[in-house]
Amino acid sequence: MINEIIGTVLICAGIAFDFFGVLGLVRLPDVYNRLQAATKCVTFGTAGILLGVLIIQGFNAFGIKCIIGIIFIFLTSPVGAHAISRAAHRAGIKLTRESIVDIYAEDKELKESSTN
Amino acid sequence: MKIKTRSRLIVFLLSALVWFALTSMKNWQEVFVGLLLSLLVSLIAGQFLITTEKTKHLFLRSLAFAKYLFRFIWEMIKANFHVAYIVLHPNLPIKPGIVKVKTKLTKDSARTVLCNSITLTPGTMTVDINPDKNEIYIHWIDIVTKDYHNIDENTATISAKFEKLLKEVFE
Repeated sequence: MINEIIGTVLICAGIAFDFFGVLGLVRLPDVYNRLQAATKCVTFGTAGILLGVLIIQGFNAFGIKCIIGIIFIFLTSPVGAHAISRAAHRAGIKLTRESIVDIYAEDKELKESSTN
Repeated sequence: MKIKTRSRLIVFLLSALVWFALTSMKNWQEVFVGLLLSLLVSLIAGQFLITTEKTKHLFLRSLAFAKYLFRFIWEMIKANFHVAYIVLHPNLPIKPGIVKVKTKLTKDSARTVLCNSITLTPGTMTVDINPDKNEIYIHWIDIVTKDYHNIDENTATISAKFEKLLKEVFE
C-alpha cells in the first residue's frame, strides 16, 4: 500500500518534469537553449517515472528493467545533447539574438585564419 | 594478464549481466544466446573500456564514486527546478552564450563523465571539447560571471566541484 503511494507520487513528479521539459522546448528561443531544457528535465522526469514503477513493482523482472533503463538514460542523454549541439554549431546555426558571447565561434575563426 | 584481455573480460561480464537482468534467465536458449552476444560485443568493442593500469585501491575509489553520485543527484535536482523556474517565468530570464573552461583530467573516461555531469547540472551544456588544449566549450543558459572571457572564473563556477571529486575516482 505505502509502496503504491510513494510510487504514484514519483510517477506524477516525473510527468510534471517531463511537462516542463516540453514546455521549454516550445518557449525557449534557439536550438541550444531548447536542448538544455530537453536534456535536463526529460532525463530526470523519465528517471522519476521509472523509479516509481520500480517501487510499485519491487525487485522482479519488471523492476530490474527499470534500473537498467535509468542507467542507460543517464549515460546516453547527455551524449546525445552534445552530439546535436555540436552538429548544429558546425552546420552554422547561430545563437539567438539575446546571446552575449560565443567563444566557440571566435576560436574557430581564429583557427581558420591561422591555418590559411 | 594483458590489459586488453582484462578489458575484454570485464566488458564480457558486464554485457552478460545486463542480458541476464533483461531476460531473467527463463531457459537455456536465452542464456546461450546471451553468452554468444556478449562474446561478440567484447571482441568488437571490448578493448576501449580500460586503457591504463589501476592506480589506487578499488574500495577507496568506489567510496569516492558514491560521494560523487550524491553530489551529482543533488545538483541535478537543482538543475530541474532551475529549468522549471525559467520556463514558467513569463519573461524568460535567460542570458545565454558559449564559454570556455579548462580541465585538469587526463583520462578519456574521466572527461566523458565530467562532460555528462556538466550537461545535467544547472544551466550548462557541453558543446565540444578541445583535447589538445584541455578546454571544454560550454553553452550556458544564464551567464553569472562578470568577465566571461576569464577561463579560471568560469572553471571555478561550473566544473570545479565535480573535477575535485572525479579526480579521486579516476586518478
